[in-house]
Amino acid sequence: METLLNDFSPGLFVVSTILLLALIGLMVKFAWKPILNSLEERESGIEDALAAAENARKEMQNLTADNERLAKEARAERDAMMKEARDIRDKMIAEAKDDAKEVTTKLIETAQASIQQEKQAALAEIKKNVAELSIGIAESVIKKELSNKKDQLELVEGILKDVTLN
Amino acid sequence: MKIAQKTIKFLLIAAITLFTSASFASGSDKKHDNQNDGGRVNTKEEVEAYILHHIKDSHDFSLFSYTSNGERKHVGFPLPVILWTSEGLVTFMSSEFHHNDDGHVIVEKNGLKFAKVHSKIYELDNGASSINFDETHHPTNAHKTLDFSITKSVVGILLIGLLLLFWFSRLAKQYKTKKIPTGFARVLEPLVIYVRDEIARPNIGDKHYRRFTGYLLTVFFFIWVLNLAGLTPLGFNVTGQLAVTGCLAIFTLIIYTVSGNKDYWMHMIWMPGVPVLIRPVLAIIELAGALLIKPFSLLVRLFANISAGHIVVMSLIAIMFTLKESLGVVGATGLSLVLSFFITLIEVLVAFLQAYIFTMLSALFIGMAVAEHEHH
Repeated sequence: METLLNDFSPGLFVVSTILLLALIGLMVKFAWKPILNSLEERESGIEDALAAAENARKEMQNLTADNERLAKEARAERDAMMKEARDIRDKMIAEAKDDAKEVTTKLIETAQASIQQEKQAALAEIKKNVAELSIGIAESVIKKELSNKKDQLELVEGILKDVTLN
Repeated sequence: MKIAQKTIKFLLIAAITLFTSASFASGSDKKHDNQNDGGRVNTKEEVEAYILHHIKDSHDFSLFSYTSNGERKHVGFPLPVILWTSEGLVTFMSSEFHHNDDGHVIVEKNGLKFAKVHSKIYELDNGASSINFDETHHPTNAHKTLDFSITKSVVGILLIGLLLLFWFSRLAKQYKTKKIPTGFARVLEPLVIYVRDEIARPNIGDKHYRRFTGYLLTVFFFIWVLNLAGLTPLGFNVTGQLAVTGCLAIFTLIIYTVSGNKDYWMHMIWMPGVPVLIRPVLAIIELAGALLIKPFSLLVRLFANISAGHIVVMSLIAIMFTLKESLGVVGATGLSLVLSFFITLIEVLVAFLQAYIFTMLSALFIGMAVAEHEHH
């Protein structure tokens, strides 16, 4: 302890105190302050840049999502339009078919009606002709048959029989 | 290429300084020893004395010594001696003592006589012409003066201080033009960040650390670089000087005493939550701890570790001489080389460790003083 105290040099203590105070002052002013400030600036800069990058990434994600949504919508719209078109086409075809059918039926009906009419007219003609013919035939037959009395009587009798039987 | 050129330039300058200084600084002294071997350091006693001399501060910057023609030659720089004596300020160059360290060379200046004994300069009492010692080898007719000399330690502080200032102000300047420093500054930047993030911030707390980081950074690099400088052949032992470590410890003491908040003093002087009768006892213990034990532990730890490191390394180097008889020249030299190599490696680690511990504890003490307690 005594040698330690003997080794302690008050002069060196004073000199080193002055030098160290000066060193601390100079270092703080010319080195540590600018260094620490720049380091902090840089660190906050890095933090900001990271945050900005994160934001950009999120925005990018949103954009892609948006794009995908838009594409999906467009696809759906296209599908809907195509479906509509198909429907319209089908409907048009169906309508055309129906129309055609109607027209033909009508045509057939008219044709049938006119045929019927023609047929009726022809039948009536035929009937008239037949009646005239049969009247003529009957006239000539009757003219021939009723030349003798007996035959006339027989005929009357025959007709009467039929009448009574009825 | 550029670095190589710079290195060559530096070596040239160093060599020129060395030789020019050697021409005027080399002197000789006739050691008053019994062995007539020209003052060679080659016995156990001489080695011990040499080591003890080395770990003390010295008034001249000696690089090496050798013996030729039975005379001890010293190569190095003389340094200015500045004394505050009974007659006021006295200055002269340390070369006037002719490397004498046992009080036999008397320097006369301003009518006063000075002698250097064990790296301390004594002013002789009036009328005395040579120094007398009592049986414990203390001068009886001389007293110490206040010695503000530019000693080897002061040179070390100045050199390392300028070096730190140069390095770190260049790092600071680099930030003005670029975001990431280049060259040597890139090595320094992570060290600064390390001290800030591993020492200052966790121990002091996010709120207050900024105020003290400048001090902690300065102290950390100052101690570390000086510790490393002590391992070079220049042989600084600045951080092994009680005056320097004491100065650093007192700085820390002043900082945490001045910045201590109300809670800190409250817990120290009138500890809440304990019986009133115990409080004064605790106050005494706490005050002693804060004002004496903490700074004392700081100053002694650094001083003892660095001095011990120097003593161990030098003792292991001295194996070369002390074990020459029993192991032979090759054996002793080999053993000394291997052992001192590994101890030096450990000392490189210790150099960092002690700087780290000093800074860490300073930060811890400051952190305790500025901590904001939750009130229970």
